[in-house]
Amino acid sequence: MDRIPILRMGSFLLVTIQVDLYDRLALTLEADLVQMVNKTQARGVLIDISAVSIVDSFMGRIIGNIASMSKILDAETVVVGMQPAVAITLIELGLPLKGVHTALDVEKGMRLLTEMIGTEQPEESEDDDYITD
Amino acid sequence: MIISLTKDPVTIQKEQDVVLFRNRLKEVAVKIKMGLLNQTRLITASSEIVRNMLRYADGGVGLIEIVSRGRDNGIRLTFTDKGPGIADLTLAMRDGYSTGKSLGLGLPGSKRLVDEFDIKSKLGEGTIVMMLKWTK
Repeated sequence: MDRIPILRMGSFLLVTIQVDLYDRLALTLEADLVQMVNKTQARGVLIDISAVSIVDSFMGRIIGNIASMSKILDAETVVVGMQPAVAITLIELGLPLKGVHTALDVEKGMRLLTEMIGTEQPEESEDDDYITD
Repeated sequence: MIISLTKDPVTIQKEQDVVLFRNRLKEVAVKIKMGLLNQTRLITASSEIVRNMLRYADGGVGLIEIVSRGRDNGIRLTFTDKGPGIADLTLAMRDGYSTGKSLGLGLPGSKRLVDEFDIKSKLGEGTIVMMLKWTK
């Protein structure tokens, strides 16, 4: 079965979606990612969708689910690289992706994740959990 | 008057056919020089309907037509299934209503994304969804 690879980078998980998603592939990714967050104790998940040309209500819901599930497992999710046409379409469709952090590219997404969960030094990790923006 | 220039029926029976259908639609949209935003809107809208067809009616047929009206070109999609039909169309077209476990955005959302939208359904016989998007 097809699978989307999940890369581990320190305390982050990195997913780059390079293919057009169909429902089962998206569901597999959701399950794999949540498993990985648990297994690797990841603190952040970065999903790059710059190569994705279509996000419909189902995939939008999966993205939202991943963010909510990771949140419960104490990891933040940032979606990066959404194409402008996809953003416009999602809003018109009626899916504002509330509760999902976004950034324009991988670099900005990484910075956002680092800001949200703090660096690995234990002395600052506690306070940084409360940073909102 | 809307004239149909080409007709391309695509059978949709399994999940991967969604990707196939989207690709075929993309090719046609590029051919008639539809802008990227309208392409995205139309493909997203069609994706919603194709999913409904698979989930509720076990698949069906999606017809892709290039149509023209005067100087305007566009794509008309007609989705036909022989599923159970929709009991209450008014309710089905309402945001947030779903008999399944979805968000209930599919039908009303796809209507917002296209220029023309029409749905006909008969209980026990099936459902026909038509949508049209002009290039400009």
